[in-house]
Amino acid sequence: MGSLKKSGGYTGAILSRIATNDQHGENSEYFDGWKSYDKNPFHLSRNPHGIIQMGLAENQLCLDLIKEWIKENPKASVCTPEGVHQFSDIANFQDYHGLKEFRQAIAHFMGKARGGRVTFDPERIVMSGGATGANETIMFCLADPGDVFLVPSPYYAAFDRDLRWRTGVEIVPVHCSSSNNFKLTVEAVEWAYKKATESNKNVKGLLFTNPSNPLGTILDKDTLENLVRFVTKKNIHLVVDEIYAATVFAGENFVSVAEVVKDSEVNADLIHIVYSLSKDMGLPGFRVGIVYSYNDSVVSCARKMSSFGLVSSQTQFMLASMLSDDSFVDNFLMESSKRLGIRHGVFTLGLKKAGINCLISTAGLFVWMDLRHLLRVRNSFESEIELWHIIIDKVKLNVSPGSSFQCTEPGWFRVCFANMDDDTLHVALLRIQDFVSKNSNKTAEKASDNDQVIQNNNAKKQKWKQSNLRLSFRRLYEDGLSSPGIMSPHSPLLRT
Amino acid sequence: MKQLSTKVTSNGHGQDSSYFLGWEEYEKNPYDEIKNPNGMIQMGLAENQLCFDLIESWLAKNPDAASLKRNGQSIFRELALFQDYHGMPEFKKAMAEFMEEIRGNRVTFDPKKIVLAAGSTSANETLMFCLAEPGDAFLLPTPYYPGFDRDLKWRTGAEIVPIHCSSSNGFQITEAALQQAYQQANKLDLKVKGVLVTNPSNPLGTALTRRELNLLVDFITSKNIHLISDEIYSGTMFGFEQFISVMDVLKDKKLENTEVSKRVHVVYSLSKDLGLPGFRVGAIYSNDEMIVSAATKMSSFGLVSSQTQYLLSALLSDKKFTSQYLEENQKRLKSRQKRLVSGLESAGITCLRSNAGLFCWVDMRHLLDTNTFEAELDLWKKIVYNVKLNISPGSSCHCTEPGWFRVCFANMSEDTLDLALKRLKTFVESTDCGRMISRSSHERLKSLRKKTVSNWVFRVSWSDRVPDER
Repeated sequence: MGSLKKSGGYTGAILSRIATNDQHGENSEYFDGWKSYDKNPFHLSRNPHGIIQMGLAENQLCLDLIKEWIKENPKASVCTPEGVHQFSDIANFQDYHGLKEFRQAIAHFMGKARGGRVTFDPERIVMSGGATGANETIMFCLADPGDVFLVPSPYYAAFDRDLRWRTGVEIVPVHCSSSNNFKLTVEAVEWAYKKATESNKNVKGLLFTNPSNPLGTILDKDTLENLVRFVTKKNIHLVVDEIYAATVFAGENFVSVAEVVKDSEVNADLIHIVYSLSKDMGLPGFRVGIVYSYNDSVVSCARKMSSFGLVSSQTQFMLASMLSDDSFVDNFLMESSKRLGIRHGVFTLGLKKAGINCLISTAGLFVWMDLRHLLRVRNSFESEIELWHIIIDKVKLNVSPGSSFQCTEPGWFRVCFANMDDDTLHVALLRIQDFVSKNSNKTAEKASDNDQVIQNNNAKKQKWKQSNLRLSFRRLYEDGLSSPGIMSPHSPLLRT
Repeated sequence: MKQLSTKVTSNGHGQDSSYFLGWEEYEKNPYDEIKNPNGMIQMGLAENQLCFDLIESWLAKNPDAASLKRNGQSIFRELALFQDYHGMPEFKKAMAEFMEEIRGNRVTFDPKKIVLAAGSTSANETLMFCLAEPGDAFLLPTPYYPGFDRDLKWRTGAEIVPIHCSSSNGFQITEAALQQAYQQANKLDLKVKGVLVTNPSNPLGTALTRRELNLLVDFITSKNIHLISDEIYSGTMFGFEQFISVMDVLKDKKLENTEVSKRVHVVYSLSKDLGLPGFRVGAIYSNDEMIVSAATKMSSFGLVSSQTQYLLSALLSDKKFTSQYLEENQKRLKSRQKRLVSGLESAGITCLRSNAGLFCWVDMRHLLDTNTFEAELDLWKKIVYNVKLNISPGSSCHCTEPGWFRVCFANMSEDTLDLALKRLKTFVESTDCGRMISRSSHERLKSLRKKTVSNWVFRVSWSDRVPDER
């Protein structure tokens, strides 16, 4: 490790603890699935037996709309002949307040993504390096090393890195269970708070993602209001990561914490929102993260910290233009919502046909799949990991095991559905149905044998199921769902 | 407010310093040739605005890169989804080659050892997180870039211990100063983890001499600590000397692929050389795999926008463009620097002779009422509020001698620079010092020039006839 001398004693060359520990969380088995995928990525024509990536929460369903807008609006780029007159000003612009037009456009978009029920103040919009940067920044602002944040589980795997790694903050999970559909309750938070403070931990706040990753569920208004009152009472912070705000399926209701902050019983200084365009707009490559706080000191501090992760001015400029285009935004939000809802419907229907249930969800880019009945040994995390390896190696799907989200009940898996085209989803469903029917034909102990035989036996069944599934797709196409183009399986490494 | 972290309530961000206050004053009353001709002229901002036309004409000739296309096909989707923290391979390759070109292709950079960051601000902080625990110290020669207080210390908890450099030898780093700083850190019970230098220097505008670089490498070798060389201004070298990178020195001392080379890290950025601070492109270069690995993971907190990576990989892969750009950039910087220097001279003011950077290190000691930092601050306020020039006082750069100021010259038009010089001259002539100067200006300039020459002799290394330290 660097030049660590065996003779002991101090050597200046040793790297920091942060550089050498594994608090970044990337050595976990969770990433084995990614590695397998990268070695053998699925492609409809070039590699039809490859692994299908279903562990990546990307939204690829509406990129065509954005691509079209960019083509029709060359002025929005500082590089095109139509926009190059702005190049020098924008290339030179590094003010950590961000372009005013950008802040205004983001605030405007955030309001629209919440159905126009709330407005956001552009002066409180602070940039960050994606939501990854935003979450870390808010921790640096609210907590000192050793302080605790309560986070309901299951939670986004990378929170271990984003909230803890360089900040020294600790996460204490608030465990949610299937007994009430993993709903977050005030009682559960109160209990976790009590236990933490009784062990002399300094609880600084509560952080959760709403809509939830990995559950895809939305917090109801009552619970949200009660949580906000709870943090006010205890004088601790509330950070709500609303990165999936606009992935709410058409017709469903999402209540942003911004809608309850005006309540007179709420101390707004304790309320902070993290946002990003990575999921709602499907632009993770552009690194647009936002910290939005109702606390002036936090806005001021986060803004200074944003120097460590500003949004490229080239990107700010383009998005300022795009997100101020009301007709584009309105259409985009509506289409996105619709396509996600349809995709979710197709997927969950296909799963049901295989006897697989998912947690009922109304948002997000994934489902929380219940495979407890397929565990070799009930309630065993070893069995969960075993099943997961089978899914990767035999079913050739990269999905994410619940344990990587700190779920306390084995057998749940997060499966993404919005990062591929219809045909690929169809293949994925076939493979799942295939696998399930194989497994229902023999005892659990023999699960890893006889694959070939089962496959042959089920070939006919597969054809029948295939035509049935195709019918459902066709119906949807006839209903007017536009078909996204075939995706190349290009995949960035290690993102969730 | 106990509710928030200590980072919020302390002023570890360093933004209460005069360096930033000058900016704020400028923001309130910015100069505009037409709209606000009596406004404040910004000379505290080390930006390079001299060569945008070159990039703009490249864009006109390269519509594919400009419109997110490759071979005529839109790659928008690919870019929209690309968030791999390893960065775009073609971009890192182009960066590596650009860095090599700046160093006359004497050394090679392996793209796999490059970690991208959101500007050198982020690169420097990330390196600190990798190398230092809270309470560990890095030694920095003074004067240094005011932003380091934030970038190196604020969130990392690391400490900076100054290596005091003085005007007596043109602010060069000496062995004695290095040892003294090391001992000072020990006295303060701080573990020294390394030395960080900016080469070419901000705020001095001078490139480190080979002697200084050798000294630094020897020092970190003997102490078994790290050396970070922030070479953000490497492409702004305009003197007739060529830029010597720490990588050159490692090669010349045959230290490549040794344990020592693993402790030498370079920070780079396109903010100064290409004048693109808004695009947030920084990089760490390290021979230590563990650092590359850890820093790569940390870069998640500040990745470079994919559309920016794509645009710049095309720009920097165009070798015809890069060689023309580097040459023209240097030419224009040199001519602009000359303009500032001669303008200052006519006001009886000299600078440290510089051969790089976007600023001059200006000697206004003779304009101080007393040889104190209070007097320096008084003078600064006069220049900011009365003369309406935002320049940076040496104290904000932790200079140990009052009376030095950093004055930028590449972030404005020629006309604006001339106006600024005119204002300064008027100011100087209106003060007591000024009257004295104009009375004996001839004598004074003669002696000032002598001083300049002796500074010059110390800093030149082009002939490799390096003078003794004293």
